[in-house]
Amino acid sequence: MTTPNPAPLAAHLEYVTRLGDNALILGQRMSEWCGHAPVLEEDMALGNMSLDLIGQARMLLTHAGKLEGQGRDEDQLAFLRTEMNYRNLTLCELPNADFGRTMVRNFLFASFQVLLWERLLASHDSELAAIAAKSIKEARYHAQHAGDWVVRLGDGTAESHERTQAALDYLWPYTAEFFVVTPSDEAAAAAGIGPAWSELEAAWEAAVVPVLNEATLTVPARTPFKSWGKFGRHSEHLGHLLSEMQYMQRTYPGAQW
Amino acid sequence: MYTQALDIPQQGADKGPKAVENPAYQAEFDAKIDAGGYIEAKDWMPEAYRKTLVRQISQHAHSEIVGMLPEGNWITRAPTLKRKAILLAKVQDEGGHGLYLYAAAETLGVSRDELLDALHTGKAKYSSIFNYPTLTWADIGVIGWLVDGAAIMNQIPLCKCSYGPYARAMVRICKEESFHQRQGYDLLLTMMKGTDEQREMVQDAVNRWWWPSIMMFGPHDKDSVHSGQSARWGIKRISNDDLRQKFVDATVKQAEVLGVTMPDPALQWNAERGHYDYGAIDWDEFWNVVNGHGQGNVDRLAARVKAWEDGAWVRDAALEHERKRAAREDQAA
Amino acid sequence: MERKEWPLWEVFVRSRNGLDHKHCGSVHAPDAKLALQVARDVYTRRQEGVSIWVVQADHIVASDPDAKPELFDPAEDKIYRHPTFYQLPDEVNHM
Repeated sequence: MTTPNPAPLAAHLEYVTRLGDNALILGQRMSEWCGHAPVLEEDMALGNMSLDLIGQARMLLTHAGKLEGQGRDEDQLAFLRTEMNYRNLTLCELPNADFGRTMVRNFLFASFQVLLWERLLASHDSELAAIAAKSIKEARYHAQHAGDWVVRLGDGTAESHERTQAALDYLWPYTAEFFVVTPSDEAAAAAGIGPAWSELEAAWEAAVVPVLNEATLTVPARTPFKSWGKFGRHSEHLGHLLSEMQYMQRTYPGAQW
Repeated sequence: MYTQALDIPQQGADKGPKAVENPAYQAEFDAKIDAGGYIEAKDWMPEAYRKTLVRQISQHAHSEIVGMLPEGNWITRAPTLKRKAILLAKVQDEGGHGLYLYAAAETLGVSRDELLDALHTGKAKYSSIFNYPTLTWADIGVIGWLVDGAAIMNQIPLCKCSYGPYARAMVRICKEESFHQRQGYDLLLTMMKGTDEQREMVQDAVNRWWWPSIMMFGPHDKDSVHSGQSARWGIKRISNDDLRQKFVDATVKQAEVLGVTMPDPALQWNAERGHYDYGAIDWDEFWNVVNGHGQGNVDRLAARVKAWEDGAWVRDAALEHERKRAAREDQAA
Repeated sequence: MERKEWPLWEVFVRSRNGLDHKHCGSVHAPDAKLALQVARDVYTRRQEGVSIWVVQADHIVASDPDAKPELFDPAEDKIYRHPTFYQLPDEVNHM
């Protein structure tokens, strides 16, 4: 095996930032459920998944801060960037809406995360490989839990089927963004940092479609719809999420908490 | 925490504990209580004991889940990722405590749905402390320190209460609860080492939460309706005033270390009593909030009702899916 | 559709390898899969377990508390079942 060329830092940093921001923004969204779930048991489950994601975000953003080399820690990255510098998938920032949309989103995203972490176990970035080893277990559990729910809700009552299909119709177009080719992805892949996300499309579909079928849901056709969150161009929703999340750090600059 | 659904041979139809008042059973029950023994779910118990327990345990459970709301109010705005994780884990623990307690109450022959219905329709009470608003980040620390601190004082004696399922739930809760108080104090210590603005925020939060915290122990012993009988039954082991005094005594020193003052000019050491004296509690304020006139009463309950109603289609769907799945399985067999 | 409550499941957790599963509480869940998942989310948040059993509560058959005397008292006088019943010389008393 030939030794891969070291990736230009920008691509490497971008790659890790994207992973960190996905976890951060979806973790933040899921934490909104706390105290408002359909049953107490599910409050506990959503809390755990949100905590897993916040934990992943902390490790990844800390790592990104080191790669960046400007002395920024996880909090400076999490709370003090401007909107366009967040590189999460648009899907992660969309509002929770109802429990159905939350579960469909978790399923679509966690299934993608499982594939990513699997490949990142072999990353030439040893820190990233270590984060993958921890995170893959969490992602597998999230995909299982959410996938089971998608089946229950899709193949439940007439109302739940309708709501879940609507959630899938709403979210599905945003999943195209997972696989859009980016230059930094190719550089990161060439350097052995991690796979180009575009490589994962077939495996992801193979993972999610059977579950959606079992849930008696219709998988929507691909449309020309495009979203660009991972390039820093977001939906209107991210700004509101950030203004809430960043409130303390923006209001009291430099304070320790 | 096994439950009313648990089946006993030859007694299948009789789901609840035997309610027949029977002097022999009563004597056995009294002897067990006097010997410090435990009453278990299926044991005979006087109906009044059962009712009191259902009321007490479910109120406690309701308090835990309504208590998720004021702190949950700050999860999305927590100032650091570490604090966000700590707060989320803590609020989630409270949900867990509610869950343990509902399960304990269910062993007495009521369902969780019935208990929730009583909460949602305003028939059941929960701790009034959760009707106060959380206005700044410092409130999160002060709730951990004072509100959880007061709750622990109340809860530790219940780990030895006479009803087994309740006692076991309380053991689990108390183990988890000590993290809550410590993280709150730690949060405040960090703020007190920060800027003047942060210190003012902490003092302001203490000013707002101190009196409601000491009201959490309930009315003075002389005005407390249920205390005597509950003490006899071993489901309330230390009196309201004794617990309150214990809390005040423990907290004064902690306030000094922190560098805040309590909003009570009468708070001072009484060498003769060996305790801190404190000023008169405003019981009008207490009863106003208990009776529904606190700032948060309406909003808190509305938030719980909304979560429950919004979740109805999810709960129904899960049951329906399982029914279909089981039917398919039967057909295949 | 008639609205009803999710069934109750009793949760038993093995805290570590080599120990018995021990009853630790209950959860409501519509099916066994979710019962296991939420049991994990509720009862093993602090590394309390390495294995979980869930049993639907109405499948448990329990002894009748009224039958305590006939079930359990007869064991009371069988003290010869216990090792401490046998007094051995000091030199071999670790047996």
